[in-house]
Amino acid sequence: MHVKNVLGDKKAILILLGPALLVYTLVKLVPVFWSLGLTFFTGNPLGGFEFNGVGNFVRFFTDPQAMSALGFTLKYAIVISVGQILLGYGLALLYVFVLKNASNFIRTVVFFPTILPTVAVALLFKSLFAVGDQQGPVNAGFQIIGLESVDWFATGDGTFTVAIIMELWRSMGFFAVLLYAGLLDIPDETLESARLDGASGWRLVRHIVIPLSLPVLLSSVVFSANNTLKVFDTVLALNNGGPGGETTPLTLYMYRTVFSYSDYGYGSTIAFVLTIMCFLVTLFIFRSARRDNTTA
Amino acid sequence: MSTAFVGRRKRAIVTVIAGMGAATLLLSACASDSGSGSEGGGGTDTATAFSLLTPAENSIVRDELGVLAGDQCVAEDETLPLESETVAQADVNQKITLLASQDALPVMFVAGTAQVKPDGDLGKNDLALDYEATLKELGVWDNILPAAVSTVKAAYGGNMASLPFQYNLEGIWYNKQIFADNDVEVPETYDELLDAYEVFDKAGVTPITEPGSQGWPITRLIGNYIFRSVGPDAMEKIKSGDAKLTDPEYVEAAQAIADLGTAGYFGEGITSRDTDTAYAQFLSGEAATMYMGSWLLANLNNEEENKIGEENVGFMPFPNVEGGAGDSSQWPANAGAATAVSSKAYGPKVGDWLTCIAENYGSSVLANQGVVSGFKVNEDVADVKPLTAEIQTIVTDASETVLWFEALFDAKTTSDAQTNVSLLITGQMTADDYMNQLQSDLDQAQ
Repeated sequence: MHVKNVLGDKKAILILLGPALLVYTLVKLVPVFWSLGLTFFTGNPLGGFEFNGVGNFVRFFTDPQAMSALGFTLKYAIVISVGQILLGYGLALLYVFVLKNASNFIRTVVFFPTILPTVAVALLFKSLFAVGDQQGPVNAGFQIIGLESVDWFATGDGTFTVAIIMELWRSMGFFAVLLYAGLLDIPDETLESARLDGASGWRLVRHIVIPLSLPVLLSSVVFSANNTLKVFDTVLALNNGGPGGETTPLTLYMYRTVFSYSDYGYGSTIAFVLTIMCFLVTLFIFRSARRDNTTA
Repeated sequence: MSTAFVGRRKRAIVTVIAGMGAATLLLSACASDSGSGSEGGGGTDTATAFSLLTPAENSIVRDELGVLAGDQCVAEDETLPLESETVAQADVNQKITLLASQDALPVMFVAGTAQVKPDGDLGKNDLALDYEATLKELGVWDNILPAAVSTVKAAYGGNMASLPFQYNLEGIWYNKQIFADNDVEVPETYDELLDAYEVFDKAGVTPITEPGSQGWPITRLIGNYIFRSVGPDAMEKIKSGDAKLTDPEYVEAAQAIADLGTAGYFGEGITSRDTDTAYAQFLSGEAATMYMGSWLLANLNNEEENKIGEENVGFMPFPNVEGGAGDSSQWPANAGAATAVSSKAYGPKVGDWLTCIAENYGSSVLANQGVVSGFKVNEDVADVKPLTAEIQTIVTDASETVLWFEALFDAKTTSDAQTNVSLLITGQMTADDYMNQLQSDLDQAQ
């Protein structure tokens, strides 16, 4: 009776939520709206702000570096997300169907790189793939088998390749564990009855396992897409977003615009575009999910 | 029941009010306080310590000021003690913008090149002290070498916005032994230099090494070629709009350096080569030449680092370009990163410190660190190493100096010039595209 009185009383709710809501508004919402306002200006707190209307947005779509950053962000997000989900799911299937109880050790070892600091991993891979006087094991290996050493970081594609290998090695264990938990939820009886009906191997996976693990697969996709769209520290530590701007995502371009070139207005515009992108991607994934569930 | 509930409600109200009070305090602390900033001027000292902010990567200034604080400037240090902090060179722009907007600039600090120019963020708001006026007032202005004055003023748009704690000439350091072994004479023109590089390349020696990952050592080469072919005012013309980077003479320079890269003269892994590796390559005799500033003296005079020996190292100017309007007697010079004094923090005690520095820094840094600065060497220094003496002579006698490629650029153009050059020398970006990008950045910044 007391609880109902407390939660039913609107004033009480306001008072109890008040402090937390205030902190949330001040720390999260106010800066977001302030940044939104800044998109219509150029300048910085020291040099002053100048009103620019929609100039920043026009500039964004005609700026070749911004478009290149946008392209790279999308490229990176798609390739890494697909890689993470495929590898993670493959490993999860391995744990459930092949290794079964012995999977504990493998799961831990594969998961381990996830807890390493991202910058440390990037520096590690920078050394692994180094060329020249202090070449890394990869190029040394190439030379042993008779191939020429490759300057990975001299080209955008080479740097991207190293970034893919690095990120997949680091995060596949996490997705494997996440999807493994989802696969465990599938009741054994369903699998047994499917096997009795003659389904096995790939057909079992395609027609029974995937549809039943769709919810966890979906949340993994959303999680992966959102994280990869906002990549920052790994590409910065690996090759400084280089060579040139070839591996510079929107986050890094925004950071440089605000803090190195001291233009808070244009930087806020880039941040806004990135926010809209993340929002659209999440919306798109949820929409397609809803369609899947109704037809399954 | 009702009294218990009212009691709980009263407590909740108190919590909310306390929470809002705390939030308000937090906000007011964060908000910038520009109106009530202390009026420093020249009258009173607002600083309680001689706070110094220097780049982490270069310890020359803070080390030397520390020595002065314990020796010639002991009295000044007692009234205003030296307190030294560092910032990463890459974060300087951001840090100074932040400190300036919070009215919390240290007494003496490193600043971004663009920030201290008259149209830069610090210059516009008169936050950086005008050294010329101040030092003339203190009577110590002629402790600054004339060449240093002209270099600093040229670099910072006419403002004497920095003290020449370092005065560096730039040129091509070369390995005399490798030149002798391959029968190569010191080149006087760029074509002769290319011929020399071809000989070295065939002999299996890396013709030229640079810290390619930094970007600026390569853009220095482009700038030098431009100054030699177009003339010493080449970059001023770009700034005033009389010429564009996309003009053929300027693109030719970018092409020349791109060709060095595609010919493989820089050696393997140039774009990821860091400073230590490049220095080691030159100092161990792997590379024949390295374009670098006279700050390399510190490494050259270090017997452990310099494996080829001081007698084996020569210093030549960037050669002439045939038919060009520039001359190899026009040394590229810079006075290091801009070190400004906060005009708000300036007072008599700071003035005393500046006097002591102006009178003693030149000889002190030459004696202790073998570094050539833009200050007069007031006390004779014994045991100056031969290479250092050679550089000191050139500096004292130099009349006309030129700047560097990005000297008059804004922050974004500088950054793009230095990051895109790695694409230029690996053949992934044409010289036309490289200059196009920079010119459009310059146009955008107008």
